Amino acid sequence: MTDFEPVIGLEVHVELRTRSKMFCGCSADFGAPPNTHVCPVCLGLPGALPVVNRQAVVYAMRAALALHGEVAEETRFDRKNYHYPDLPKGYQISQYQHPISTGGHLDVHRPDGSVLPVRIRRLHMEEDTGKSLHEGVPAGQSGVDFNRCGVPLIEIVMEADVHSPEDARLTLQTLRTIILYTGVSDVRMEEGSLRCDANVSLRPAGTTAFGTLVEVKNMNSFRSVQRALEYEVRRQTAALEAGERIARETRHWDERRGITFSSRSKEEADDYRYFPEPDLGALRIERAWAAAVSATLPELPEVRHGRYVAAGLTAYDAGVLVEDPPLGDYFDRVSGVAARTACSWVTVELLGRLNARGESIGDTRVSPEWLADLVRLVEAGTISAKQGKDVLDVMVAEGGAPEAIVRARGLTQISDEGALSGTVREVLAANAAVVSDFRAGKDKAFGFLVGQVMKATRGQANPALVNSLLRKELES
Amino acid sequence: MSQPQLWEMPLHALHRLLASGAARAEEVCAAFWDRAAEQDPHLHAFLSVRPREEVLAEAAAVDRARAAGTALGPLAGLPVALKDNLSTAGWETTCASRILRGYRPPYDATVVSRLRQAGAIFLGKTNLDEFAMGSSTEHSAFGPTRNPWDLGRVPGGSSGGSAAAVAAGLCPAALGSDTGGSIRQPAALCGVVGLKPTYGRVSRYGLVAFASSLDQIGPFALDVADVATLLGAIAGPDPSDATSARVAVPDYSEALQSDLSGLRIGAPRELFGEGVDEDVRASVAAAIDLLGELGASVGECSLPHVGYSLDVYYVIAPAEASSNLARYDGVRYGPRAAGDDYVSQFAATRGEGFGAEVRRRIMLGTYALSAGYYDAYYDRAQRVRTLIRRDFAEAFERFDALVAPTSPTVAFPLGSRVEDPLAMYASDICSVPANLAGLPALSVPCGLSNGLPVGLQIIGPAFGEMTILRVGAAFEQASDFQGKRPPMAVLGG
Amino acid sequence: MAISAADVRHVAALCRLAIPREQEEAVAESLGRILEHVQRLQTCDVEGVPPTSHVGELGDTLRDDEVCPSLPQEVAVANAAAARGGLFLVPRVVDGAGAGQG
Ligand SMILES: [Zn+2]
Repeated sequence: MTDFEPVIGLEVHVELRTRSKMFCGCSADFGAPPNTHVCPVCLGLPGALPVVNRQAVVYAMRAALALHGEVAEETRFDRKNYHYPDLPKGYQISQYQHPISTGGHLDVHRPDGSVLPVRIRRLHMEEDTGKSLHEGVPAGQSGVDFNRCGVPLIEIVMEADVHSPEDARLTLQTLRTIILYTGVSDVRMEEGSLRCDANVSLRPAGTTAFGTLVEVKNMNSFRSVQRALEYEVRRQTAALEAGERIARETRHWDERRGITFSSRSKEEADDYRYFPEPDLGALRIERAWAAAVSATLPELPEVRHGRYVAAGLTAYDAGVLVEDPPLGDYFDRVSGVAARTACSWVTVELLGRLNARGESIGDTRVSPEWLADLVRLVEAGTISAKQGKDVLDVMVAEGGAPEAIVRARGLTQISDEGALSGTVREVLAANAAVVSDFRAGKDKAFGFLVGQVMKATRGQANPALVNSLLRKELES
Repeated sequence: MSQPQLWEMPLHALHRLLASGAARAEEVCAAFWDRAAEQDPHLHAFLSVRPREEVLAEAAAVDRARAAGTALGPLAGLPVALKDNLSTAGWETTCASRILRGYRPPYDATVVSRLRQAGAIFLGKTNLDEFAMGSSTEHSAFGPTRNPWDLGRVPGGSSGGSAAAVAAGLCPAALGSDTGGSIRQPAALCGVVGLKPTYGRVSRYGLVAFASSLDQIGPFALDVADVATLLGAIAGPDPSDATSARVAVPDYSEALQSDLSGLRIGAPRELFGEGVDEDVRASVAAAIDLLGELGASVGECSLPHVGYSLDVYYVIAPAEASSNLARYDGVRYGPRAAGDDYVSQFAATRGEGFGAEVRRRIMLGTYALSAGYYDAYYDRAQRVRTLIRRDFAEAFERFDALVAPTSPTVAFPLGSRVEDPLAMYASDICSVPANLAGLPALSVPCGLSNGLPVGLQIIGPAFGEMTILRVGAAFEQASDFQGKRPPMAVLGG
Repeated sequence: MAISAADVRHVAALCRLAIPREQEEAVAESLGRILEHVQRLQTCDVEGVPPTSHVGELGDTLRDDEVCPSLPQEVAVANAAAARGGLFLVPRVVDGAGAGQG
């Protein structure tokens, strides 16, 4: 039996976070009553004309540069003609022949540490459509709301460099993180500000031919991207093994049923009759402008990832910090302590406590400087790790500097040999039977004795010192 | 000669009367309103006329402002008509199409706001070929307009209503739009002055689009001076139109000179060729001689690719139109046909709402853009368009202005071409090249042929309106057409 | 340039125009004549000539990202053949039937 290899190309739409729409001054905010963010331009009234939002162009450039794309010196808009009730002009202003950016790539870090490079074919600007609603309208009707119509989008088209559904999900997550860093979008899949379509085909493993492309739409979460593609690969494999031909079609993912289904077959093939938008001239992008936009880009995820790994973090830990920019920013401010130690305190101890309380890193009472102080107290042996965690509990719940908490609660660790050796001797005297067990070779007895010392000091003894004093006494 | 009636006077004469206090705006507007009420039943130049009391109330307000010493705009109290493809807030804008019947825009076109700002008082909205697609105004869904020089003939088109209204004295000025000759050709056929400005000179915001890369709004009036005043009022950059040019607006009245010495004028031989009537050719040739007498040096020139103009035009204009007219789906405005599902209702709305010529052009344009045909039609037409632009650029290295007939024929009889699209399209043969190249072009009456007006077309380089207005003004003053109006008997007046 | 009734149906579907069956032949004939005429374009040498899509070299007319007032809802739907609750009503649209982006 032939083994088939999936060939997957992703097309991603990202809604840009501008204040106003792409071609008119209507608000781009979510959630307003229907048709209250509309004007002659975005309603497609006769005679109205589009004017390009400068900030949308800047955002598109930011995204393009973050993906290592080449920003065009001259870019143009085209009309994509098709009919649908939520498309008021009967065409969408998009970019076809001269997109704002071509080329680029992103590196996908898999959990096993390997890296998948994925090439970007192009990135272009376009406008969103309105929405058709089926609730709250008379039976047999749909209601159309044009509030979202004209909100700026970028479409990112990737090369078919992905060969597994899991890699597809990881690629999309990597792209999301990059876009998040650029600040041009909220990139929330569930809210539709990040949307992904996938072109999937199968080919006999080891060949370079392309099979028949099937476009999969309506995947509304990262998980559903992977599930939908897994389903689609299984479906196409079964069809090919049964000797059937794959139809070139668009299929919709049904999250509930866990299947893809063929969309209503259109009477005519897609024929968008693209032509240059005569209402908008060519847009020249001076190199100085592109350079200025480039200069405002923050440190990008892959650079940050490299910095963390170089500082001694595992690829996994680096990934956790990179994927959550506020968390990474917090970590970066926990300075003066070893990266690995700081990472564990931030991502395990602090984050665990915040999650339990339903708080986020952005609104915690624990400043990164205080957390660094706490880690230093533990590292210096002033308090034990156990005490450190107790102190963190207080910091998270009530706030305050760690030194102050340590002082107020008398938590300082007993690291004075003279003070401890008396207690050690008392414990040994009171537990003669255990001591003889230990001497008879029962190693476990040692732990009991340590515990008794800790108990006698109410946990304040320095465990390392207790260990060494006990051994010295027992071996003497 | 007796004192002319108010409705016979050009804008600048009316303006003088108002400024000197010899007449009130209310009287002026009433004279035109009454003239329109009396004559328009013969012409059908208007699709809608505003209520008399509303017009006169606005005029009275101007009179009061003038009496109070308020500074007034250059068109204060003067009546102007608007082609019914210019959006007017709250006032039905139909494009002479059933598909826009009842549509009241929630906004004014930029030119409408600018005229209002200049003090103009809108009298009515004029008839046109549906969506400005035509050269005779016979393709109006609400019936044709007639030529005031001969009621059995067409006024030209598509701005036939505006041209006829000005020619017959129903209003002293009007706006039209010109995509392939739709201002100049009816101006020529009705014996008035019409200007298509440089592409980008006047904002298109609010002009219902036909072919966006060709459309331009421009004025009609009785003489060049009035056209210059109107252009000054409507021209200039507009932040709502990304294709409006950020080029300062000069004082066009400075163009009004009587001497043409030092000016080089070229006559492109291709625009005098096949299809141009002998009478028209002779009339234009005489006009060119007169330009020479006025001091211009006149020479022949060639625009080698201009012969492809109609072919280029009849690919590009329908292609853009097919997309521009995709929005008429009966969802947000306009009447809606019956239908069970969205697709069939949509197709029925459009099938019933558009007239035959509009349907033909939508089909033609859709075909020219469709998969497999784009390169052979649309892309190729755009490349030939480049060659035509280059021809003009070369000619303007040698000449300051070019002259040609505006229309190859005088006004033709109603019904004579309406069944033959190719014959109708040929009406645009001399006017289309300026649209393809985005150049300003003026039509000035230059004579009568069998009692019907002939137009002289003066084409300038981009933003060369000053030059062509200068040529037009000097010619008009020297020409014996000045003051000729349609015979009143024809109008039953 | 011969245009068939099938071509007419295809193009009519693309631009959503209902053309009665009995008119298809006449429309095909009329379109064919015009297309035949514009065939002349094929005789023009356009080797190396770029297309003109805009006549003005107008540069970059961009808009600042500022919110301007929108139309009131009742004005937005005032011209609609059918509207309810601020929504434009259309015959029910089938999910996934849309072309284009998404
Ligand atoms: Zn808007």
